[in-house]
Amino acid sequence: MAKNKFHKIVTSAVPLPSENVDTDQIIPARFLKATSRDGFGENLFRDWRYDARNEPIKSFILNDGKFSGEMLIGGKNFGCGSSREHAAWAIHDYGFKVVVSSFFADIFKNNALNNSLLPIQVSDEELALIFASIDDNPSSKFEVDLESQQLTILETGHAISFEINPYKKECLLNGYDDIDYLLNLKAEIEVFEQNNA
Amino acid sequence: MAKTLFDKIWDAHVVKRIENGPSVVYIDRHLIHEVTSPQAFAGLEKRGIPVYQPKKTIATADHNVPTINQHLPIKDQLSKFQVDKLTENCEKFGITLYGLNHPYQGIVHVIGPQLGITQPGMTIVCGDSHTSTHGAFGAIAFGIGTSEVEMVFATQCIMQPKAKKMRITVDGQLGKGVTAKDVVLYIISEVSTSGGTGYFIEYAGSAITGLSMEGRMTVCNMSIEMGARGGLIAPDQLTFDYLRDREFAPKEKEFDRAVEKWSELHTDDEAVFDKEFHFDASDIEPMITYGTNPGMGTKITGKIPSNGDANKSIEKSLSYMGLKPGENLIGKEIDYVFVGSCTNGRIEDLRAVAEFVKGKQKADNITAWIVPGSKQVEQQAQEEGLTEILEKAGFQLRQPGCSACLGMNEDKIPQGKYSVSTSNRNFEGRQGPGARTMLASPLTAAAVAVTGRIVDPRELI
Ligand code: SF4
Repeated sequence: MAKNKFHKIVTSAVPLPSENVDTDQIIPARFLKATSRDGFGENLFRDWRYDARNEPIKSFILNDGKFSGEMLIGGKNFGCGSSREHAAWAIHDYGFKVVVSSFFADIFKNNALNNSLLPIQVSDEELALIFASIDDNPSSKFEVDLESQQLTILETGHAISFEINPYKKECLLNGYDDIDYLLNLKAEIEVFEQNNA
Repeated sequence: MAKTLFDKIWDAHVVKRIENGPSVVYIDRHLIHEVTSPQAFAGLEKRGIPVYQPKKTIATADHNVPTINQHLPIKDQLSKFQVDKLTENCEKFGITLYGLNHPYQGIVHVIGPQLGITQPGMTIVCGDSHTSTHGAFGAIAFGIGTSEVEMVFATQCIMQPKAKKMRITVDGQLGKGVTAKDVVLYIISEVSTSGGTGYFIEYAGSAITGLSMEGRMTVCNMSIEMGARGGLIAPDQLTFDYLRDREFAPKEKEFDRAVEKWSELHTDDEAVFDKEFHFDASDIEPMITYGTNPGMGTKITGKIPSNGDANKSIEKSLSYMGLKPGENLIGKEIDYVFVGSCTNGRIEDLRAVAEFVKGKQKADNITAWIVPGSKQVEQQAQEEGLTEILEKAGFQLRQPGCSACLGMNEDKIPQGKYSVSTSNRNFEGRQGPGARTMLASPLTAAAVAVTGRIVDPRELI
């Protein structure tokens, strides 16, 4: 089933410098009772965003009017912990299209790629440059070009190239879906089964 | 070419290699539960396709079930809807379900091995990161996301790049009061929460092979807490003996033939790993965590590290935990003790706790919950007289499920309270909003329950 195609975007960014942000923070377990993929954005970072009385915590980045945009910048080891794909859904549902970090947990990265959310891994130094640029100017703009695999800090013109698996890149650019691909392999899968029965 | 155990199993399951891309990998066993499957079933319906191999998927309800009065309708409407949805989907798609009140119901990673669904040489996946548990039998087992659950439903395959290979060897004899949980908490504190990312870990060495199957499962279970895709241990006589006569294990002659095949599942002598760690069992002591990720652990007699380098993450964690750098952990007053989860909710864990608390009483300041990992564990505990011992000691015995491991149902640790937990994650809010979790072994948990504070269990055995 075709998904949204990933286009080039120009956007400001939301900085979340904490390290080891786990998927229990991204979307706490008590919000995993839904049976559809929609609406998780509402509870993204729930316990960092709202206090025990459900009042928004002013200092948290998503409540801080200064920051907005389609790009979330996280600290090292982003998305560790539980395999819940709800974490990727929540980030995407909130309106992010790109997550940047200097290190991603495996399953989170996979889940993101399966949901048209582009995880961009940069070096520690590059991550620091990105945070610095937002520090200087909260509405600092960035360009993400998947085709050329470049993330550019527009304020400074600094271009950062990033890696992505060529197969996954094709999938994102064209809105392809792994399940369609696998369904087309049915004959080969059957042969494998016969040979290994 | 010399191969590792991981290579042998992985390579035997590759249906197709995509150039510059992931491999298409065949899955032997697929386990599902109520939380991460509904959206995958919905995806099948949208495409109008069936589950391709319904016999290779097994379902249970565990994450979101109440742990008291399981015979009554579930009170929380959202939870009830999710559990009902699983039942409905399993009926519709022809999948065997061990739902609430079924004698095989339980935490997905407890029931798989217990029923002999988990076998050496298999590829096993589940929409749950602690699927790594099953690696204890010499299987490649790992957690997947819901999109991948849908892939397995549709084609019995997933697409993933092959992981890098790491070996962690622990040699020597474990000291008195040092358990499998302490071994893995020690390993994580050394390797860090991200040190295993991108790797599949093989555990080896005499301290590992000397563990029981339950202990091996505890170690493999927490592989994901180092970021690793999974962990596995080469199968041996202990593995085969554990599996013999289990419900879904091969029977009689077929079992002998299987053992012959399984006996080949080990790493070749010359095989090379991308990374190796060696630890000495005698360096390992009872462990406990003080922070908000499983890598922030120390020997129980240790001090909380001082953040001399103004490490922001430590500061944030300690302020959440209400602890100070340099503080001693011994003597710290605790409010809750939770024994359970797919890490330590097996019969051996209940035995360890019962043995310790026999004839003793839990401290007044402690609420002690003990939650068997499955109906079968619950029943066995009853038959062995453990239930009685535990109840006499003041433990609340609950019914099987994930319970306070993830605070999804009503079993939550209240805001600000300290919990010594035998589960696997001490993330902020994991056991409920504001809950302060300290991970430890069942033996340590039992000792804390009795004394009401953090204590070195070795002093009491
Ligand atoms: S017991 Fe805890 S870690 Fe294990 S499957 Fe359940 S929620 Fe996950």
